[in-house]
Amino acid sequence: MNEIEQAQREVIDEFSLFDNWMDRYQYLIDLGKRLPDLTAAEKTDDNKIRGCQSQVWFVAEQSGDRLNFRAISDAAIVSGLIAILLRIYSGKRVNEIIDTPPDFIAALQLEQHLSPTRSNGLASMLKAIRHMAADAQGSR
Amino acid sequence: MNQVLSKPPSMQADLAACRRDFPALSLQINGSPLVFLDSAASSQQPNSVIDAVANYHRNSHANVHRGVHTLSHRATEAYEGARDVIAAFIGAGNRSEVIFTSGTTESINLVAQSFCRPMLARGDTILLTHLEHHSNIVPWQLLCDQTGAKLLVTPIDETGSLDLAIFDKQIAGGVSMLAMAHVSNALGTVLPLEHMISRAHEHGVPVLVDGAQAVPHMDVDVKSLDCDFYAFSGHKMFGPTGIGILYARSEHLERMPPYKGGGDMILEVRFDGTTYNELPYKFEAGTPNISGAVGLGAAINYMKSIGMDRIAAHEADLLTYMTQRLSEIPGIRLIGTAKTKASVQSFLLDDIHPHDLGTILDHQGVAIRTGHHCAMPVMEFFGVPGTARASLALYNNRDDIDRLVSSLTKAKEIFG
Repeated sequence: MNEIEQAQREVIDEFSLFDNWMDRYQYLIDLGKRLPDLTAAEKTDDNKIRGCQSQVWFVAEQSGDRLNFRAISDAAIVSGLIAILLRIYSGKRVNEIIDTPPDFIAALQLEQHLSPTRSNGLASMLKAIRHMAADAQGSR
Repeated sequence: MNQVLSKPPSMQADLAACRRDFPALSLQINGSPLVFLDSAASSQQPNSVIDAVANYHRNSHANVHRGVHTLSHRATEAYEGARDVIAAFIGAGNRSEVIFTSGTTESINLVAQSFCRPMLARGDTILLTHLEHHSNIVPWQLLCDQTGAKLLVTPIDETGSLDLAIFDKQIAGGVSMLAMAHVSNALGTVLPLEHMISRAHEHGVPVLVDGAQAVPHMDVDVKSLDCDFYAFSGHKMFGPTGIGILYARSEHLERMPPYKGGGDMILEVRFDGTTYNELPYKFEAGTPNISGAVGLGAAINYMKSIGMDRIAAHEADLLTYMTQRLSEIPGIRLIGTAKTKASVQSFLLDDIHPHDLGTILDHQGVAIRTGHHCAMPVMEFFGVPGTARASLALYNNRDDIDRLVSSLTKAKEIFG
């Protein structure tokens, strides 16, 4: 099990504690509200992710063979999803980010429990993470 | 007798039976009965519309205006019969003034390109209002790019009403065209068409009205409005998607060149020149959306069977109730509080993002629209990225509003 698979496992275990959608959302919203904000200077059009109905900004910083992500949305539920994505992907090896399948989405029932535009947003964020990882791999 | 039904509760009881005509309203969504408050985006369809479209496909489908065989006659009769129903419904003087389009958007693009483009010169002005939907902004911006004309915009105040004093000055200042909504889709403001159209005509300015948000909710008579063009969509008035109408005065249509070329819009085609068909077919190139027209005709017959006055009275009562119930929720900010409104209330709750609110409401079976409502200039005016919007149609009732309010109260709990 690589580091990303390990992080996915932990998130899945955590979510298995909730047996109804309201608790699940309340948890997502809490995560979202606690997510550290980006600076105004970082909330540029260049850092914006397309394909999300709410506004989402992502910043990636390379450190050796690893990538650190910071991100935020103006919507709390989306920020909650970002918090999960950061736990799984931030600080991980570039090649693992590219190669590890995002099994947590199906396991957390995020597809069924998020409105279509929102899971598009999740898909867009995942795509952006992998894109940034591919860029980092190309530049090494 | 309708006159007896003066009290709102009896009015409501009176329209309650209509709800059963709409199969989608019996759906369970996420374990709760659906509360549909997004009719301003697209309304649900009654059985009579669904059946009319299905019957057409089963028993009457062929191409129109072409074959000598029986099915082609049936299709032509169904399609042209729908045109007659629509012409009568909006009070058009002549059936040839009713053009089938794919919707309000295409209707407006048609007028911009076919009516306005040939008459505009660099520096000419097109007047819009700050309340417009993107589909009544972008076609005019494209036209400005093509001709060098420029846009002028009548401002709104904090209630979402137009500043008529400024409008009066603008319209007198040499304008080539006025394009405006009948009812604002984002705020529900009913525009003072009578005043604006008569001012425009005093100055010789032709007027296009975007009626997409008006036709499902009130009696619209294009002759008494005295507008030059009136555009609307089938899917916001209980009909199918992909069908809409452009009403235009025949004096304009006769002078306008075709907007699209193809079959059915010609009398004679030779490589050295083509003669166009008579009105309205000059503007209906290619095989049209026949089943859409049939469905739209059925939708209008359904609305007529209830009566537009009764629909308007029912919705006015509901809107008052919804506004009152919403304003009782602590932390609510109502956006769009004009004196004369129809069917729509936009709002924000605490600092909850509208998309978050929409997600939590959906989990309780309540469908609202969230976002900028294709009216970004309106959002910018109020300094918000978007709003939550509840919109009404004839099939809504006070229980729907109560469910909206209780689901918002639940959302407040979840967001703490």
